[in-house]
Amino acid sequence: MALLEVRGLRREFGGVVAVDGVDLTVEAGETVSVIGPNGAGKTTLFNLITGLDKPDAGQVLLDGRPITGWPPEKLAALGIARTFQHGRVFGNLSVLDNVLIGAHTRQAAHRLRAPVLGMIAELALALVQPPAWREEHRRLREEARDVLALFGDRLLPRADQPAYSLSYANRRRTEIARALALRPRLLLLDEPTAGMNPTETAEMLEFIRSLKGRGLTLLLIEHKLSLVMQLSDRVIVMDDGRKIAEGVPQSVRNDPKVIEAYLGHKRPGSDARDVQPAGEDDRRAVLAQTRPSSVS
Amino acid sequence: MPEFTLRTLADQLVNGLVIGNIYALIAIGLALIFGVANLINFAHGSVYMIGAYVGWVCVTWLGWPLGPTFIVVAVACAALGVLIERLGLRRLQSEARIAPLLATIGISFALDQLVQLIFSPNPQSFPSPLPATRVMLGGVSIGALDALIAVITVTSAAMLFAFLRFTRLGWALRATAQDREAAQQMGVDVNAIQALTFAVAAVLGGIGGVMIGMYFTSVYPTMSYGAMLKGFAANLLGGLGSVPGAVIGGLLLGLIETFGVALLGSTYRNLFTFVILIGVLVLRPTGLFGARRAMPPEPLTGTFVANSRPVRVPRFVVIGGLVAAVLLPFISSNPYLLQIFTNAWLFAMLALSITLVTGTAGQMSLGQAGFLAIGGYASALLAMRLGWPLELSLLAGAAIAAALGTLLTWPVFRLRSQYVALATLGIGEVINQIILNWEGLTNGVLGLSNIPPLSLFGLPIIETSPIYWFALAMLVVAALFQWRLMQSHLGRTWRAMREDEVAARAFGVSLNRYKALAFIAGGFIAGLSGAFTAHMYSYINNETFAATTSILGLTMVILGGMGNMSGAVVGAIALTALPELFRPLADARYLIYGVVLLLLVRFRPQGLLGTV
Repeated sequence: MALLEVRGLRREFGGVVAVDGVDLTVEAGETVSVIGPNGAGKTTLFNLITGLDKPDAGQVLLDGRPITGWPPEKLAALGIARTFQHGRVFGNLSVLDNVLIGAHTRQAAHRLRAPVLGMIAELALALVQPPAWREEHRRLREEARDVLALFGDRLLPRADQPAYSLSYANRRRTEIARALALRPRLLLLDEPTAGMNPTETAEMLEFIRSLKGRGLTLLLIEHKLSLVMQLSDRVIVMDDGRKIAEGVPQSVRNDPKVIEAYLGHKRPGSDARDVQPAGEDDRRAVLAQTRPSSVS
Repeated sequence: MPEFTLRTLADQLVNGLVIGNIYALIAIGLALIFGVANLINFAHGSVYMIGAYVGWVCVTWLGWPLGPTFIVVAVACAALGVLIERLGLRRLQSEARIAPLLATIGISFALDQLVQLIFSPNPQSFPSPLPATRVMLGGVSIGALDALIAVITVTSAAMLFAFLRFTRLGWALRATAQDREAAQQMGVDVNAIQALTFAVAAVLGGIGGVMIGMYFTSVYPTMSYGAMLKGFAANLLGGLGSVPGAVIGGLLLGLIETFGVALLGSTYRNLFTFVILIGVLVLRPTGLFGARRAMPPEPLTGTFVANSRPVRVPRFVVIGGLVAAVLLPFISSNPYLLQIFTNAWLFAMLALSITLVTGTAGQMSLGQAGFLAIGGYASALLAMRLGWPLELSLLAGAAIAAALGTLLTWPVFRLRSQYVALATLGIGEVINQIILNWEGLTNGVLGLSNIPPLSLFGLPIIETSPIYWFALAMLVVAALFQWRLMQSHLGRTWRAMREDEVAARAFGVSLNRYKALAFIAGGFIAGLSGAFTAHMYSYINNETFAATTSILGLTMVILGGMGNMSGAVVGAIALTALPELFRPLADARYLIYGVVLLLLVRFRPQGLLGTV
């Protein structure tokens, strides 16, 4: 059984169909990438899977169990973690605290679910701070430092700095560290290398490869196609809300529908290998011009 | 219950429509400002009140006829509106959306107190210069003033409609309301349009003020607050930011209120407003006639927390300060000084509570005085009616404040930013109205007297110094309680929720639970302060914990730095003690509070010690 299965997912925004009957599966341990031009519905798809938005139709299954329309906090507890397209770190929290929020669902206090009594118990726990609580507190802090250490000396020396003071690339890394602290069964990365320079991108590529090596299941949105080609087991191409192609990187790369989606029309006489990078450059140029300054 | 004949029914209908007309005028102004500037203008009620006073000066002091009076009122209010736009909004455009809202609160504090200082807080008689004759029209009696109000309102609304629809300036205004940046790119001077909007809104509000002054034959400085809330309620009812909605909402509110008062009695007048305010916010935030679109987008960090590094107060300073506070009664035996500082400690508890809810958890609360009131009444009643010992009644009062207050605030948890501020303000008022009207329990306006004094283990504490130490001890306990929570995972989770609700949810933080926990913990501390106050004064009524107390507490928190516990205590000492130490300033204290709030929001939004 697939870890994640999406069937016929659909979401409309006032007449515009952002996601139109998308199916996809992700097997445990697999890395699947979702690519497609801007406005293809990739981030909306992520929002639907992680519960930040509710689909108008279709189903999302985790381990064959329906989780369609569940609130994000419940999905996080099931082991679905994500990063955000434009980066959403908690600016005034330290880097370490950001990562510790990632471990929120793993705290004992989180298991106190009873409606009112659970809240009172959590308050009492925070006030009394019994030895078991202290031990957990210490262990999670240590673990958070270990997660930061995965990024070499990028984050660890800045563990106690507020996140707003970090560079853009470090904020993206903090976000990934926060997601890893959840110990996710499924990790959704929304453009992890957006805004990174070639060196940082190469570093991120290696990092994601190492996550893959540790058996993590990844669903990835990415525009840098070389990275997608190197990392993915399978690639799903979206355009205009629909899935237009799916398969191993090589086959998708040469799919005429994909080339058309990226360039708008077939260019007679040009070979797919030339077209691909051109497509990417076009996209970058468009991105540079149209990326909104505010988070949407 | 009064008997409803067709005749009284028709009369009530006219009364309701007349009052509703004036609410509509206020609501139109608020709607225009909300549309163009996306701001809930808390100073709008003050403009209305000042309009009423200008009209009163013209008519009763100068003996002018109504025509020139209205012109002078319009000019004065337009100027005031432009001034408010300058001070409260223009420079704060790039700040968190809550910043201009706080600035307008500061302006309204300052304006209200200024009018009090000039004309005294007492109501002034405002006899209508119109003939008192009434005409019977189809069995309904209509006075000259009723007719004038209807004519002026309809004329103003028609002129506004024509202006918005048929003039280039009106188009520019509507374009700015729809998309500020696009309008700017098309060459619209959006700042000028914004100033114009404030001016137009202020003129409408001021004229409404004059007419309501004549209608109720009196003007008084505190009329601003109620009018502002009625305007909001009317505006929400019709759909925030919609001008036709404001007219319909105003008329509906006037009718609901008039018929409600006729059925239940005049002490219920304001309750309808607040119930409508909260009900619409929670159940149908787009209003009765608003399109089913989402609320206007709010900034992601819905609160007023600037990026800053807080000043770390070294431990020896905290301990030194505490030792000095403990020793104060030995240093000075001046009972007046000790009373001031006792008050400061009680306010510091309120400030701690607000800094937790608003600063740490990001829920802008303008109703925290409601927690004080519940704590005060609960503890007093338990001690008086059931004879509970003080230690127990204090704790029980605090616990009841935490539980009941959080329960009442629960519906607000789904709202964000400005709407939280508005709704908590409404909830504070609802608590006040319940206290006023539940006479069997609270003794209504008369209040509770002969509340048992403070005591500990049976020993009464009635001397100034022991009361001082008792208050200080409670503050210390409350601060330790809060500090402990801040050091636990709760502090981290609250702050994460404040920074970004979406990201927090994505990592498993259930917002309702942690908002509730913040209100429970904060409500307990505020409730304790309220309970202590009740026993210390031995008398409380519904005005002991007025709505201004909430805003004063918030000013203390902003002064010290949001979420900053040391800052809350410093802010409380500064704003309680300083006006007292400079005695001549004491009468103008709300003027000072207002100006302090305005200056802070503008120049030091992170407060003295920085946000945490």
